[in-house]
Amino acid sequence: MSAATEAERVQISRRSWLDVLHEWVVTVDHKRLGIMYVVAGIAFLVVAGLEASLMRLQLALADNTVVSPEVFNRLFTMHGTTMVFLVGIPIVFGFGNYLVPLMIGARDLAFPRLNAFGFWVFLFGGLLLYLSYLAGDGLYGTGSAPAVGWFAYAPLTSRAFSPGNSTDFWNLAVLVTGFGTIATSVNLCATIVCLRGPGMHLGRMPMFVWTMFVVSALTLMILPPLSAAQAMLLLDRFLGAHFFDTQAGGSAVAWQHFFWFFGHPEVYVLILPGFGFVSEIIPVFSRKVLFGYPMLVAATVAIGFVGMSTWAHHMFAVGLGTALTSAFAASTMLVAIPTGVKIFNWLGTMYGGKIRFATPMLFCAAFLFQFLCAGLTGVMLGVAPFDWQLTDSYFVVAHFHFVLIGGLLFTIFAAVYYWFPKATGRMLSERLGRLHFWLFVIGFNLTFVTMHFLGVQGMPRRIYTYPADRGWETLNFITSLGVPLQILGVAVFALNLIWSLRRGRVAGDDPWDAWTLEWATTSPPPACNFDRLPVTTSRRPLWDLKHPGDPDGPHE
Amino acid sequence: MSAVSAPGVLAAGEWRPSRGRVGMIGLIVAESSLFAVFVVAYLFYLGKSLTGPYPKDVLDLPVLTTICLLASSVTVAVALRVLARGRGRACGLWLLLTILLGLAFLAGTGVEWYHLIAQHGLTIRTNLFGTTFYSLVGFHAGHVTVGLVILGILCAFAFAGALRPEHHERAELASWYWHFVDAVWVVVFTVVYVVGR
Repeated sequence: MSAATEAERVQISRRSWLDVLHEWVVTVDHKRLGIMYVVAGIAFLVVAGLEASLMRLQLALADNTVVSPEVFNRLFTMHGTTMVFLVGIPIVFGFGNYLVPLMIGARDLAFPRLNAFGFWVFLFGGLLLYLSYLAGDGLYGTGSAPAVGWFAYAPLTSRAFSPGNSTDFWNLAVLVTGFGTIATSVNLCATIVCLRGPGMHLGRMPMFVWTMFVVSALTLMILPPLSAAQAMLLLDRFLGAHFFDTQAGGSAVAWQHFFWFFGHPEVYVLILPGFGFVSEIIPVFSRKVLFGYPMLVAATVAIGFVGMSTWAHHMFAVGLGTALTSAFAASTMLVAIPTGVKIFNWLGTMYGGKIRFATPMLFCAAFLFQFLCAGLTGVMLGVAPFDWQLTDSYFVVAHFHFVLIGGLLFTIFAAVYYWFPKATGRMLSERLGRLHFWLFVIGFNLTFVTMHFLGVQGMPRRIYTYPADRGWETLNFITSLGVPLQILGVAVFALNLIWSLRRGRVAGDDPWDAWTLEWATTSPPPACNFDRLPVTTSRRPLWDLKHPGDPDGPHE
Repeated sequence: MSAVSAPGVLAAGEWRPSRGRVGMIGLIVAESSLFAVFVVAYLFYLGKSLTGPYPKDVLDLPVLTTICLLASSVTVAVALRVLARGRGRACGLWLLLTILLGLAFLAGTGVEWYHLIAQHGLTIRTNLFGTTFYSLVGFHAGHVTVGLVILGILCAFAFAGALRPEHHERAELASWYWHFVDAVWVVVFTVVYVVGR
């Protein structure tokens, strides 16, 4: 027995890098695919972050000439598209991939090969988008990367205004990654419904699994409409159809409706798993049960439903008429209720707890403050007259970056620090983690708090420069000052990942003394996930295992 | 001390649905929202064409092909029932009949499109009616084609004697897809040929 494992070990150590690469390319294991999703997402995060940095460099001074207007248009288009479709979605679904089967006690996702398909389609979709820099000139020799903005409004996307193939690269790349996301959503739904382990009924599922369930179901309803709209755009551009051709009676506003019917719920697709991370991490580092689990589940489902009826608040400036404007303003503000409930759930969990401020908890704590601000500016923008004043200004840019960085990215960092030991068997360095946290939290707030004021002063988004007499110079300079801090923070993070992978402290199975099933197996887990799977008897199966005299079940 | 079990082993009284069924329901939900947008676009652009031809001038009710497609839903259901009784080859015959009905539907669409293009000069770029009509009906016809490929594979297995009662659930999932394609046609028929004319 031991001789055999020794022989295996020797064999493993002799594998060439080509063998290792081959293993990762042909794998259908949810853990490897999950890791590849997250790593690819972080790689795209770096690329899109550099694009943002270039834009901030251009805007740091008035009348600056670092990049030309054309290049600037491409930068914000690629930045937005990358961040939403190649960073947010893959990281969120990557964590879902890795964690959902472990958390519910399954061996893998319901359809492992479909899962691999989803990942590779996403990756090649992403590469297709970036191929536009090389191949986007098309037959007409105009443009390179797409420059139509991440929501690609009609009629700018028509042949007349976007000759060449750069817009088609945007369209096809996003369409293709969309197919992968739809496939993975089907997969996650089937996994969560059908493969829960013994005793894991719906009322005991970890919050993160609940959020992935809602997100996957939501994706099935909102992403295909985007694919349909993109198919229409393809027909318009290649076959001369007139869906969005205003000259032939087509409607540019129809594209906005189709796009935002996807685009707004998409924000919830991204942020709900962030809520899931926080709901897993805060209890463990407060040493308390998650406060108000049923309310959190209800709030998550409610956000999923209400989130589908708010899309036209992106279109207040179009002029929808009083009735529609009021309805969408009201439904937008309605979202604040379940979201507010969640904030109190997390505060209630921390209240009276024995809080340990390890790096994951630091990021969660910052998330609470920043996400609250993001939510408040969201309610402000939901008030239609206020939105009319500040639409397409830097106030809007500041708002959604507060949601997606201050909210989502902070929870992603927390999640990486929290689950890295499970995935690799080694701890991330706390010291570097703290450095990363403080650099990023200061840099982020410097950049994006300031941006709100720029918006209120009337600076429109997407302008490539501004004259010196507008009084925007100081604030723009401060906004750009936050960027190097954030770059440094991410560099420290990357260094931490690479260094800890080799040299980090060995984690053991359960380094945080946590309660969900993924900590019941080894770190990293074996290919089959569990050699012995505990029967779930409450929402905290590992608590029951560790405290047989005082199980959770009777208290739920 | 809580009990320990292997993954996939449930306690007595616990039940989970089959992953194939849930997966197919997920796919159908996704496809429904895809079609919903094309249907909404069709209704939204109804009567907004700047030039002719208009629906009322050129569209005829496709009664015969509709009957074919609806009948194919019945034949595929019969095929499944026959399969459950263990008669694989008879199931193949019913599947073949289903495929023929589906092909008849596609042929009907082909003839209709030929008349529209050759006689009335209506293409996807003529006007908004052409744009929305060909995309909606075409997307549906594409789904019929995919369904026919799936049924064709099943049929081939049946005649090779490889389709047995234990494959009933998988065949049933294929039939769900086919029923879905039929249901979409009912909506398309109503919207394009009844409301839209």
